[in-house]
Amino acid sequence: MRYNRLALYGLLALAALMVLAPVFIMVSTSLKSMDEIRDGSIFTLPADPSFAAWGTAWFGDCAQSLGTKCGGLSSSFLTSVKIVIPALVLSVGLGAITGYALAVWKMKGANLMFAALLVGMFIPPQVTLYPLIIMIRELGLFGSIPGLILVHLIWGVAFTTMMFRNFFKTVPQDLLKAARIDGAGFWRLFWHVMLPLSLPILGVAMILQFTYIWNDFLLGLTFGGRSGQPMTVALNNLVGSQFGEKQYNVDMAATMLTALPTLVVYLLSGRLFVRGIAAGAVKG
Amino acid sequence: MAEQAQRALTSSHSGRRRWRPQWTARMALIPAMTITIVCFYGFIIWTFVISLTRSRLLPVYKFTGFDQYFRLFANERWWTAMQNLAIHGVLFIGGCMLFGYFLAILVDRGIKAEGLFRTVFMLPLSMSFIVTGVIWQWVMNPGLGLQEAVRDLGWTSFEFNWIVRPDRSIYTLAIAGIWQQVGLCMALFLAGLRNIDPNIWKATRVDGIPVWRVYLHVITPMLRTVFFTVFILMSAIVMKAFDLVVALTGGGPGFSSDLPARFVVDHILNRQELGLGAAGAFVLLCTVIAVISPYIHFELRKERGGRGH
Repeated sequence: MRYNRLALYGLLALAALMVLAPVFIMVSTSLKSMDEIRDGSIFTLPADPSFAAWGTAWFGDCAQSLGTKCGGLSSSFLTSVKIVIPALVLSVGLGAITGYALAVWKMKGANLMFAALLVGMFIPPQVTLYPLIIMIRELGLFGSIPGLILVHLIWGVAFTTMMFRNFFKTVPQDLLKAARIDGAGFWRLFWHVMLPLSLPILGVAMILQFTYIWNDFLLGLTFGGRSGQPMTVALNNLVGSQFGEKQYNVDMAATMLTALPTLVVYLLSGRLFVRGIAAGAVKG
Repeated sequence: MAEQAQRALTSSHSGRRRWRPQWTARMALIPAMTITIVCFYGFIIWTFVISLTRSRLLPVYKFTGFDQYFRLFANERWWTAMQNLAIHGVLFIGGCMLFGYFLAILVDRGIKAEGLFRTVFMLPLSMSFIVTGVIWQWVMNPGLGLQEAVRDLGWTSFEFNWIVRPDRSIYTLAIAGIWQQVGLCMALFLAGLRNIDPNIWKATRVDGIPVWRVYLHVITPMLRTVFFTVFILMSAIVMKAFDLVVALTGGGPGFSSDLPARFVVDHILNRQELGLGAAGAFVLLCTVIAVISPYIHFELRKERGGRGH
């Protein structure tokens, strides 16, 4: 029995090590100098840890760049923030209202519409990409931050609606009846009864939407143009387009900077993330 | 007659009082409904229409029947991408389910620091596929990465240069993909394991059945709906897979690790082959529908069954 336990913890530790190894390699490479990277192994700790590569990744390397911009990630970080916050609020807000209307106000066709929305979550974005480009272009929003916010709202609403609708379905009918007998209309019932009830699910939806929107690449690549590049697109460009010798420490520092916001949110949110990720898995 | 009219009047009156918030509810649905109808289903039809034309850089509505589909099916790169989808799909889905289930069982054995292990296993899920791709590209770098590190330890003939080998690069996608998504499978299986009636464990312990046999012959068959759900979710991820290929291999060397989702985006955005890209997108959609429809059917039936209680 004791050996069994030992084997159990051994396997768990091994699995944890395998999951953490790439993260460790990313952090330690970002703290090394290029000389050390060339001579040493990816598994060794940095002999003389330095944040120089982080600085280059963030501010760019002005000596090497051709144009006026130095190519750092700082500007695309700001772009990502400007996209994520409004897109997050709008998609979660619209999802909450839609989910509430579908679950609580029994209407003809509500289930049909929910099914249509649910199927929509599985549609690969590539299938509707070009018509969406035309729409955004006609609206004059191509290559702009409002355009990206709108696209994220469109792609996020199915997921957030599903989360809220499934939650509101579990609210006891008696509570709703009581509120309606008191004369609560659509919005009063929403603001004073349902929204306060849904705080945990609101948290889950916010965390997941933050992660999805921050981590998006395809929409940013397609709709961002030159001026609206989110951080994932900038990271991919930085890693892919260096001239001369590749600076792996800068690549890894840039990767770390891109991953950091969602990592922090994950580590702080803990169980909420776990609860939501299962429901939102289809978004991939 | 008068009584009937009276009843009709009162009912319409009381009906109207309930009608007003109902109307607001309907109005509230308009934005989401517009998105669903126009941006999901309308745009699918639009893409299908484009796929029937000979559009290149811009959509031109000169119809050529199913020519683009014939071109697509004669396109070698498309078949490489489809074949890769099959290889990657089997490896990624199989690997995620196998390792995910195994990890879930380990975590479910009443261990200490369960929260810590769960947090670690799900950590990669919070990162984007781009981040995952860039990290693994570095780890698998043949010159300075894992291969060189192992050679430095003394095993000088060690080879791990799959990322630069056309016949192996597709397998690197599965490695990075499983690393990122295994935590999700673990979480789903763990939720399933936690729902198992504890009496089953008591009964098997009384009968003296070894733990591994209980898992194999009792627990696993009980979790078949969980397996089904995980399979569907992982399939959906595989068929959309775009970011990971771009960041990890760039579809290369050559097109050896290309996937259909990347083929489509490349032809629409970069190659001025809009019609061909649209045809590819539509074929991709049909593949998704073929895999997903049993799941949607299952979900909706569950819903209907659930309401009866």
